[in-house]
Amino acid sequence: MDIINKLLFVLLGLFIILNFGLFMGVSMRKIVARVARRNGVPFYQPWLDLIKLYGTRDQISHGIMFYLGPVFRLSGGVGIFLFMPLIFGSQYFNNFSFAGDLVLILYFQFFGMLGMALGAGEGGHPYSAIGISRGLSQFTTIEVPMTLAVISLGIQYNTLSISEIVAAQQGGFQNWTVFTNPFATAAAMLSLLGAFGHSPFNLVKAPNEIPIGPPTEYHSTFLGVLQTNAAILHVIEAVLFMNLFFGGAVNWFELMLKSFLIYFWSVFVGVVFPRYRIEQSVQWFLKVPLLLGVIAIIIYM
Amino acid sequence: MSEDKNKNIQDINTPDDKFIHPENKPRTVISPEGEEIHIEPLRDYFLEKRPEVIQPKSDAVEKFLNWARAESIWVLGFGTGCGSIEIPPLMTPRFDAFRYGVQMRPTPRQSSAIIISGYLAIKTLKRVIRVYEQMPSPKYVLALGSCTINGGMYWDSYNTINRLDHYIPVDVYVAGCMPRPEALLAGFVQLKKKIKEGRAEGANEYAEKFDWYKGNQKKIINDWNMPDYNW
Repeated sequence: MDIINKLLFVLLGLFIILNFGLFMGVSMRKIVARVARRNGVPFYQPWLDLIKLYGTRDQISHGIMFYLGPVFRLSGGVGIFLFMPLIFGSQYFNNFSFAGDLVLILYFQFFGMLGMALGAGEGGHPYSAIGISRGLSQFTTIEVPMTLAVISLGIQYNTLSISEIVAAQQGGFQNWTVFTNPFATAAAMLSLLGAFGHSPFNLVKAPNEIPIGPPTEYHSTFLGVLQTNAAILHVIEAVLFMNLFFGGAVNWFELMLKSFLIYFWSVFVGVVFPRYRIEQSVQWFLKVPLLLGVIAIIIYM
Repeated sequence: MSEDKNKNIQDINTPDDKFIHPENKPRTVISPEGEEIHIEPLRDYFLEKRPEVIQPKSDAVEKFLNWARAESIWVLGFGTGCGSIEIPPLMTPRFDAFRYGVQMRPTPRQSSAIIISGYLAIKTLKRVIRVYEQMPSPKYVLALGSCTINGGMYWDSYNTINRLDHYIPVDVYVAGCMPRPEALLAGFVQLKKKIKEGRAEGANEYAEKFDWYKGNQKKIINDWNMPDYNW
């Protein structure tokens, strides 16, 4: 019975995260719209978009990988969710967190990307292929400072379990990694800009570049699955950063506030800075963030 | 695929098909190595499938879905004629169509509406037809300006069509030359009303009268170097 209870709570957590992700996405669109002096979409827009996409009458497929692409992407997002402890100290919302979950989560981040690459490649549209090659090269360089920061954390706390890292940061904000290991935090927060895919690193999916990058051929339910995953993934990556660098959360309110602010960091940068070309963003990640990551490791060696 | 669905498909192997441009006819070429390669250019572009009428689901479900469809209209970024200059102000701060749930999408696969924004040259008509057929059902067409209604100031032009609804089914006409973005917004409101009432079934109408639409299209397009059926 324990496992059934656990599963029910995992599903409840997923439901909350999904809806919060949709809400977070639309509030950022409202913020960006206000910056441009528009009113922007109504607050219920992403839910309606999802209903519409799932209710589209016909679909076409380009083959098996085309089907599996969004599925891989979704399992990447849900996979990260499954192993992420959400609420510190809660016996219900720790999901399936275990001793080495940090490594698994780093792996799942890339897994969805690769599945998407295979699926979009089979879509056959040249724009998909260009988008994929851009996306993968950018994501590879994003991973470098991110991984260095995670290794630095591993050395600092002597563990690769997210729960233990959160536990080590309890007892006041001065214990948060952002204060105890600022270099790793800086490297990771810069790589987060790329991971969320807002400007200046949104060349891959920007509608006004080659339209619209990897999901060019994806429509109806496929696109619905991709958008569902985007909502989950944005929150859960913000939750990962919250757990690693900002002391975790002891209740849902704290989780939502912190993940909202972490996500807002990427949007804030996005509305201020214009878009990079792909070679510029690749070079950018391999300069300052990489250096910060290396310093973070050297300090704790 | 069953045989009956195939019967209306143009046989691209007929050498004397007058609608196919010579360079799109199947042929055999010899490579520099002396290898014989059979080329069917049109095969690369299409799936052999007629559009099918997809019956709406039960009343309550369809009403709910129609409400969502009406409030989330994704418009293809496709401009023809002078009207496309009215689209940027529509989306930017002054008129801000996002408030109405209208969003632009860059690919036909992800769009549910297309705005034919003005006169339609025959060359563009081919692209419009192709894009319209690529959009997933249900799909809606807004025709902007008098050129799409009766040809407008181009009514006797040798190179433009006069009535758009002979070629693709139109849901809402917005009259004027050119209509301002306010008029287009009013058109969107009309379209939403029509979708919510369940009367915006243009895709099914296109599938039902497919032969009539194709006939009209072929009458005016001389070098039909597009497939008779694409996806």
